[in-house]
Amino acid sequence: MLEDLLFQLELGLPQVVLGLVNGAFYALLSLGLAVIFGMLNVINFAHGAQFMMGAFVAWMLLNYGGIGYWPALILAPLIVGAFGVVLERTMISRLYKLDHLYGLLLTFGMALIIEGLFRNEFGSSGMPYSPPEILSGPPIDLGFMFLPKYRLWVVVAALVMSLTTWLVIEKTRLGAYLRAATENAALVQAFGVNVPRMVTLTYAAGVALAAFAGVLAAPIYSVNPQMGSSLIIVVFAVVVIGGMGSILGSVVTGFGLGLVEGLTKVVYPEASSTVIFVIMAIVLLARPAGLFGRA
Amino acid sequence: MAQDRRSLLKGAAAAALVPAALAGLPGRARAQANTLKIGVLNDQSGTYRDLSGPGSVQAVRQAVAEMAGKGIQVEVVVADHQNKPDVGATIARQWFDRDGVDAVIDVPTSSVALAVAAIAEEKNKVFINSGAGTADLTGSQCNANTIHWTYDTWMLAHSTGAAMVKAGGDSWFFITADYAFGHALERDTGEFVKAQGGQLLGSIRTPFPGTTDFSSFLVQAQRSRAKVIGLANAGADTINCVKQAAEFGITRRGTKLAGLLVFISDVHALGLKTAQGLVLTETFYWDMNDRTRALTQRIGDIDGGRKPTMVQAGCYAGTLHYLKAALAMGAADARKSGADVIARMKAMPTDDDAFGQGSIRADGRKIHPAYLFEVKSPEESKGPWDYYKLLQTTAAEEAFRPVAAGGCRLTRT
Repeated sequence: MLEDLLFQLELGLPQVVLGLVNGAFYALLSLGLAVIFGMLNVINFAHGAQFMMGAFVAWMLLNYGGIGYWPALILAPLIVGAFGVVLERTMISRLYKLDHLYGLLLTFGMALIIEGLFRNEFGSSGMPYSPPEILSGPPIDLGFMFLPKYRLWVVVAALVMSLTTWLVIEKTRLGAYLRAATENAALVQAFGVNVPRMVTLTYAAGVALAAFAGVLAAPIYSVNPQMGSSLIIVVFAVVVIGGMGSILGSVVTGFGLGLVEGLTKVVYPEASSTVIFVIMAIVLLARPAGLFGRA
Repeated sequence: MAQDRRSLLKGAAAAALVPAALAGLPGRARAQANTLKIGVLNDQSGTYRDLSGPGSVQAVRQAVAEMAGKGIQVEVVVADHQNKPDVGATIARQWFDRDGVDAVIDVPTSSVALAVAAIAEEKNKVFINSGAGTADLTGSQCNANTIHWTYDTWMLAHSTGAAMVKAGGDSWFFITADYAFGHALERDTGEFVKAQGGQLLGSIRTPFPGTTDFSSFLVQAQRSRAKVIGLANAGADTINCVKQAAEFGITRRGTKLAGLLVFISDVHALGLKTAQGLVLTETFYWDMNDRTRALTQRIGDIDGGRKPTMVQAGCYAGTLHYLKAALAMGAADARKSGADVIARMKAMPTDDDAFGQGSIRADGRKIHPAYLFEVKSPEESKGPWDYYKLLQTTAAEEAFRPVAAGGCRLTRT
């Protein structure tokens, strides 16, 4: 009996670790979505495409400019974030007064166009991108499994980034303005805060988070134009389960669902892509506002 | 102009039938009696774009150019089937019924290929498949209007599976894409492994599409202590598996990866550093011999510097042979009956720069040698696209499923 349990544990432990790594991506991506939805009330369907752009910009920086992984980790989010500014100023800002659905349709269309353009330019099978020297090399022996150093770094980086975002929004003056503007934009504007600019920068920050995740993902996943669209649906489920717009919720559910998914991959691999949606359905039935959302 | 407009719209990739509508502009009347019309139907915007896509069109145009001035005129049209059987079938019907297309070439994605084969038979046209894998095209679903040119699942399983066991890889674990293609590939390969005295230690079915992280599956596969991990998947799935196996040091610790369907475009996407040591089967490699190198030169760079894949080479060779048969019959006769052209193609030996000399069997299977390659290490590679070293060649007669085993109704007399 005990041996049985130990065996199960030995089988499950690596999956817990790997699940956390995937959860790191879910957390980072859903965090960006939550920030954007919380502030702009826009469901940013272009998030997957912006994630992909982050990875591609890193690739381009390396191949056209000789700029390596570490600078790219900062530069790529800035570049893609600037693209987000243009997108928000020229198009999305015109939709704030309309129903959610318009923002969703616009960003979904943008995602298709962006992916199409990248496919035309770079083909569909993807580009190679290696992890930085210091994080490559033989995986670390954890006793129960071998874990590549780079995956460990992904978890650390995602945790730090999530925590920073949470601190900025919950604990700083800027965050207070942001939250206030969400409640009553006109009043905050009356106090002399430039609300439209703040909204633009918030969108850019959300987009930059997606691009940051994209750079993190480049050495692990195939860097191809479809890489975002296969992830984005899961991420939306994460956001819904966590509660739309809840920062803490999206981070906790991101890691949590990565874990659940990882364990499903041992117990019943065929269901590993569905399990998150099953959980989503159950959560929506029990708590329609999500686990951390306010009804 | 039309080309420009098409590629622009392709970017938008929105409406299902836009490329089809452009390919067969209503203003263009039905083809002239002595003009043959070839339709290249494949994936122009999705996951199989790099292995077929615009490169296949380029290869077909090259074959047409080589046959120009010999008395037949040829027009080439193109459409994107988006890997959807309904879209592919609609385009094929429209091409045959309204636009006077005589032959459809390429058609990757097995489900689309089977749909188009049935329509080609119904309309008595010509269908030369290069891109799809299913061996059913020349087996249970064969017909007198279809030729399967480049490769099939049976051949891949046979070549890679049997060779790996012979080389000492006698215990296998499969990572299988959870749909018809993956299941078939796993089943066929498993049979060859067992027939050679190898052992099957297990398999994992991974959700398709939508799996990007294969590390859990790879870790489980490694726990089985199998000597070979068989990848019964394709495209991005295979790329992610190989990439992550390298990351986790699985290949470094001696486990071999067998890619059951890997194209040179996938190896390019992986980079040699990651892909080195991978064993795979193809029927065409651009750097094989003087003839293949000359052909690659003639086709030219695809999509900014890519070399042709075996699928694209098959589009060239299939078109060339089709035009030779049509020339022998006369264009007017060739346009009348697709089955007659196919019969003529089967009667004539084939000879082209891509696959050398070969022939087409009664069941529609084009046969040529199959090559087992190993991907070179970055040190071994002497230049761009110098990716493969040849491990073994299977003769044409043995590379493909025996006619009797396929159950094609054309061969039951």
